[in-house]
This record gives sequence, C-alpha cells and structure tokens, in this order.
Amino acid sequence: MEKYLYIALFAPLVGSLVAALFAQSAKNYFVGIFTSVLIFISFLSSMLLLGYVGEGVVVHVKMFDWIGAGNIEIPFGFIVDQISVIMMVTVTLVSTIVHIYSIGYMDHDKSFNRFFSYLSAFVFSMMILVMSDNFVGLFIGWEGVGLCSWLLIGFWYHKESASWAANEAFIMNRIADLGMLLGLFLIYWQIGSLQYDVVFANIENLNPTIVTWIGIFLFIGAMGKSAQFPLHTWLADAMEGPTPVSALIHAATMVTAGVYLVVRASDIYTLIPDVGFFIASLGAFVAVFAASMALVNRDLKRIIAYSTLSQLGYMFVAGGLGAYWIALFHLMTHAFFKSLLFLGAGNVMHAMNDELDIKKMGGLYKVMKPTAILMSIASVALAGIYPLAGFFSKDKILEVAFDSGAYFLWFALFIGAGLTAFYSFRLVMLVFFGEKNYEKYGVHPHEAKPFMLYALTPLALLAIIAGMFEHSFKEFTTQILRDYEFSLDHSVAIMLILATSVVAIGGILFAIYKYKNGGFSESIEKLPIFQLLKNQYYIPKFYEVAITKPFALASKFMWKNIDLRVVDATVDAIASIIYSTGQKARLVHNGNLSTMLRLMVVGLVVLLILVILFRP
Amino acid sequence: MITLTHYLILSGILFSIGLVGLMRRKNLLMLFFSTEILLNAVNIGFAAVSKFYGDLSGQIFAFFIIAVAASEVAVGLGLLVLWYKKTGSINLDSLAMMKG
Repeated sequence: MEKYLYIALFAPLVGSLVAALFAQSAKNYFVGIFTSVLIFISFLSSMLLLGYVGEGVVVHVKMFDWIGAGNIEIPFGFIVDQISVIMMVTVTLVSTIVHIYSIGYMDHDKSFNRFFSYLSAFVFSMMILVMSDNFVGLFIGWEGVGLCSWLLIGFWYHKESASWAANEAFIMNRIADLGMLLGLFLIYWQIGSLQYDVVFANIENLNPTIVTWIGIFLFIGAMGKSAQFPLHTWLADAMEGPTPVSALIHAATMVTAGVYLVVRASDIYTLIPDVGFFIASLGAFVAVFAASMALVNRDLKRIIAYSTLSQLGYMFVAGGLGAYWIALFHLMTHAFFKSLLFLGAGNVMHAMNDELDIKKMGGLYKVMKPTAILMSIASVALAGIYPLAGFFSKDKILEVAFDSGAYFLWFALFIGAGLTAFYSFRLVMLVFFGEKNYEKYGVHPHEAKPFMLYALTPLALLAIIAGMFEHSFKEFTTQILRDYEFSLDHSVAIMLILATSVVAIGGILFAIYKYKNGGFSESIEKLPIFQLLKNQYYIPKFYEVAITKPFALASKFMWKNIDLRVVDATVDAIASIIYSTGQKARLVHNGNLSTMLRLMVVGLVVLLILVILFRP
Repeated sequence: MITLTHYLILSGILFSIGLVGLMRRKNLLMLFFSTEILLNAVNIGFAAVSKFYGDLSGQIFAFFIIAVAASEVAVGLGLLVLWYKKTGSINLDSLAMMKG
C-alpha cells in the first residue's frame, strides 16, 4: 500500500521534472503524453488507495525526519485517510483530464513543454498539500500550489495583464498565508507539535480563547487561497492564465484547499462554533455577492470564475456549520462540473479566436454541438437540478443552513441558487443560442479536436452521476469526520428541496425565456445597480485607491527619502572614505626605489621610537 | 680609556652615515656602499657588546653578517652590471619598470 502512496505522490513530480528538461526546446507531443500518463498512473494509485481505505485501512507513512531542531520534530510523513483519499482521487482525476485536454488546447503555443512542467508540478504540490500528515507539510504544499498558480497565471508573461494578475494573486495569497503561519506558530507554541493526530488530540485541553485565535488565523489562510471576501479579487483576474489552468487550479483544486483546511481542522472548528458561524456567514455572503457579479459580466471566463467563488461560499457555509462531509462532497461534485464548464469555455474560446465577450458570440450550437451539450450538462449540474450532481450537494448545504436555524443564511443561499441558475443559463444562451453575433466580427468558429471532447466525457458523466454516491460518500467520510445530525422533519426537507428546485428551474426558465427574446434592453445598463455590479461593487477600484496607491506613494517616499538619503548615503560615505584614503595612499606606490627606501627609514625610526616609548 | 660607550657611539654614527647615504644617493653603486656601511656599523656594535659580556656569539654573528654581506654584494653587483649593460644607467630613478 505504501508503494501506491509513493507512486501517487511522486509520479507527477517525475512528469514535471522530465517535462522541465524539454522546457526550452520546441513543442514535443511526447512531453504532453508522458506527463498525462504519469498523472493517470497517479490517479490509478489513488483509486487503489481509495479501495484500501474503504476497507478501513489508513495508510500512514513516515518517509524521513525532516526538520529536527531543539524541540521541533517534524517528519516528512504522509497520511492517506478518508479525507485525503477523496481529495487525491478528485485532484488526480481532474488533473488527468486537464492534462489530456491541454495537449490539444496548447497545441499552438510555443511554450507547450514548459506548460506541462508547471501543470505537473502543480499536481505534485497539491498532492503534498492533501497527503501531508502535519501542518508544515500542508503549508509547504500550500506554498507550492501558490507558486505554480503564479507561474501558470503568468504563463503568457509577455502580456502585461497576465503578469500583473499573477503578481496580484501571489501577493493576496501572501497576505493570507501570514495569517496561516501565525496560526501554525500558535499551535506549535501551545501544543508543541504540528502533527495532525497530536494537535487534534490535545486541542480540547487548550484555553478556548487560544483555540478561537487558532481557528481565526487558519481561516485567514483559507480565505486567501479560497478567495473569500475581502481577498477575492485575485480569482477573477487570475483568468488571464490559459483556460486549462483556470479549470484545474482556479476551479477544481487549489481554490478548494481552503475548504480542505477547514475540513481537515474540523476537530478545531467544532470546538469554536462562533468562528464556524462567522465562516458560514461569510460563505453565504460571498455566495450571493459573487453570484450577483456574475449576472452582468460579459467575460466568459470571469462569469465562471465568479460562479466558482460563489460555490466556494456554499462549501464554507457547510464547513462553518459543522457539516464537514457535505462541504467535502460539494467540493468533489463542484470540481467535476466546474472544470467541465471551464474546459468547455476553453473550446469556445478556441473557436472564437480567444474572444471572451459573450455578447459577441451566440448561435454557436450549430457549429459546436458536443461542446454545447457538455457545457449545458455542467450548467444544469451547477444550477442544482435533479438528478445531476449539484442537486445533491447543494441542496444538502441549504438543508444544513435551514436545520441549524440560520434562516438568514438559508435565505441568502436560496437567492444564490436562483442567481446561479440564471447566470449559468444566461451564459449558455448567449454563447450557444440566439443570433450569430460572431459573424459581424468575421470569426469562423470550429469545434475542438475530437480527443479533447472525449477527454471531457468522464467529467460530464461524473457531473451527472456523482450525486448518486451521496450515501456511500457519507458513510465513507463520516468514519473520521463528525457526522451532521439532521433534526429536520422529512416533510420540511422535501419542501426545502422543492423550493430550491423551483427557484433554480425558475432561474433557468427566466434566462431561457429572456434571452430567447433578444435579452434585456440596453437601458438596463444605465441602471445604477447594473453599473455597481459591472464594476464589481467598485472593490478593485477601492483597493486601488485605498491600498495600492497610498502604498505606492509611501514606497516612493521611503525610496526617495529613507533609502536614497539615509541608507544609500551611509553606504556611499563609507565607500568614499575608503576610496579617498586609497587615493592618498596611492602616492606611496610611485615605484621609485629611493622614495621607498626613505619611507622604510621613516618606518624604522617610528618603530624604534615606539620601542623606546613602550619598552617594558 | 675607550669604553663600550665609545664603540656604540661609533657604531651609531656609522649607521647614521649609512642611513643618510641610503636616503640621499641616487647612484646604485653608492647605495651598495651605504648598505655596507650600515652592516659594518652593526658589526662593530655586535663585536663590542660581545667583548663586553665575554660572550662569543656576538662576534660569530658578526662573521655571519660579513659572509652574507659579501654574497649580497656579489649577487647585487652582478645584477647591477647587467642592468648597466641593458640601460646604460645606474640611476635609481630610472629603475621604475613596475610603476603602474
């Protein structure tokens, strides 16, 4: 079993390193296929491990002692239990599909090989993140995925906007990581270990205030990685990266790492329900907040990115209210349909020569039938229509919110569900149906390569059937996760499901009806609310005015006044003293023997005088 | 009565003459003479102090110095002759090939 663990973990690393050897050379299909095969092997090993863990075996290995200094003992250890194996299977499955898809998608890119190296390195980091048996390993993986995300968002680094977005994502994450680091320090300071088992066994004995702080700090880390308000702006800008990257990193895996952290640290969060409730409230807020921005956006990928943000909010509601397995379940189903949606969007982008404005599309159904069907499936699943995957996980979250008595949260999520249905189908309608606006722009769309479409079919299948596994999933994960006890009446639960389904279907029908008849009139764009949403609540602008610009000014002040006048001046003064001394002493070395002899005599006399003066 | 002090004064005077010669002269040959004067000033000092203490090692040291001085002059004069053949001058100021 350990063998499979190592294969699952290190196969992506091998792929990445081999691909890196070819990074500077011309496009080579071998690199793409080789890395895809290795990721697939990693997926197979993860499936085998899933089987073992299903039999109740938890694989826990310690590779070697990693950090040992004073009282710190941090081994390089890995654990495959019910939580991590679910993450491993999800990550490797989506990664395999994204790798195969990328062979077609990145076909025309001259940095083809480099792309695969980064992508596999990302998978490796993500595996470290989910498999580590201690917080330090988790943090290393956390930083690793952050680095790969930076590399991949800025993959087309010659584009100003791409490198800007990459830096934004990286810096925002650094801010949050500081919070997470503080949390880790606090844990180590109070417990003296960072191993999960030790920490969770001892966390109950701590002072509740300390536990609260630990929970808050860890959640700050999760907020950055999962792009929760107010650190959410980077996710939409991260869409500058290639689309497979958006599908893998910014929809299915990396951004869900925050949810994973909350689930993994569930033993901490159950002790502090207040923080949990705050997490849930923030999640519900983000769910509606992001969905509202998706309503008006015209950028194909940004709409999906806001949708991701909104769904992450749903997951945090479940996690915050103590329904950890539901959070994990939604994480998994969301990974399937959201990456499908993104990869479908990639097909559309290719067809439209990288055009992203959905108002310039329309009527693509006739030329891109398979993609249209795949994206519609994903959208239905996202909207949460029975019997697709999204229905099961999302409705469970709404039930949890209702059941905990947090009716306000439930109502927010309820509204969010309607908005989600609407914007998903707004996107589908504007892209695939209606008038062929693209003809005005002289674009000749074409369907993607067949193998790219075949690669997407497993995701589509899972988007349809993943919800059926709800009961086995629950049994599987509640072996170690706390189960959530529903106290709702069956009839109330049915009512809730009906209500949510009605609002979701209503959203879909409204979108279909509205956009079939030519969509909204132009006058709606003049409404203040439309402008507010279109400008993302002016938050990016606010950040620029309130943080970026003052910071730039302060930096400039420090540079001109402190750095140049104090630091540089001091260093320069030292240098110039030495330099002028040298300049004067240079005269001694004029090469004239007579002068040298005289100086020698002077030295001798001086030494003699010294000897006389200081004789013992 | 000639005492140790007289010898040492003589040695000091000779040493000073040598030093002044070393500093003032530009002719390489004269520099060699000055060096010899310096060495012999020291030899006088050694011999006198050796006699004063009744210890022979000072005089033995003086012999060593004479031997070393002789070999130094032999090598030095050889070089000097070569230098003269090469440049036609034994002026000290012209000996500045390494000047940067």
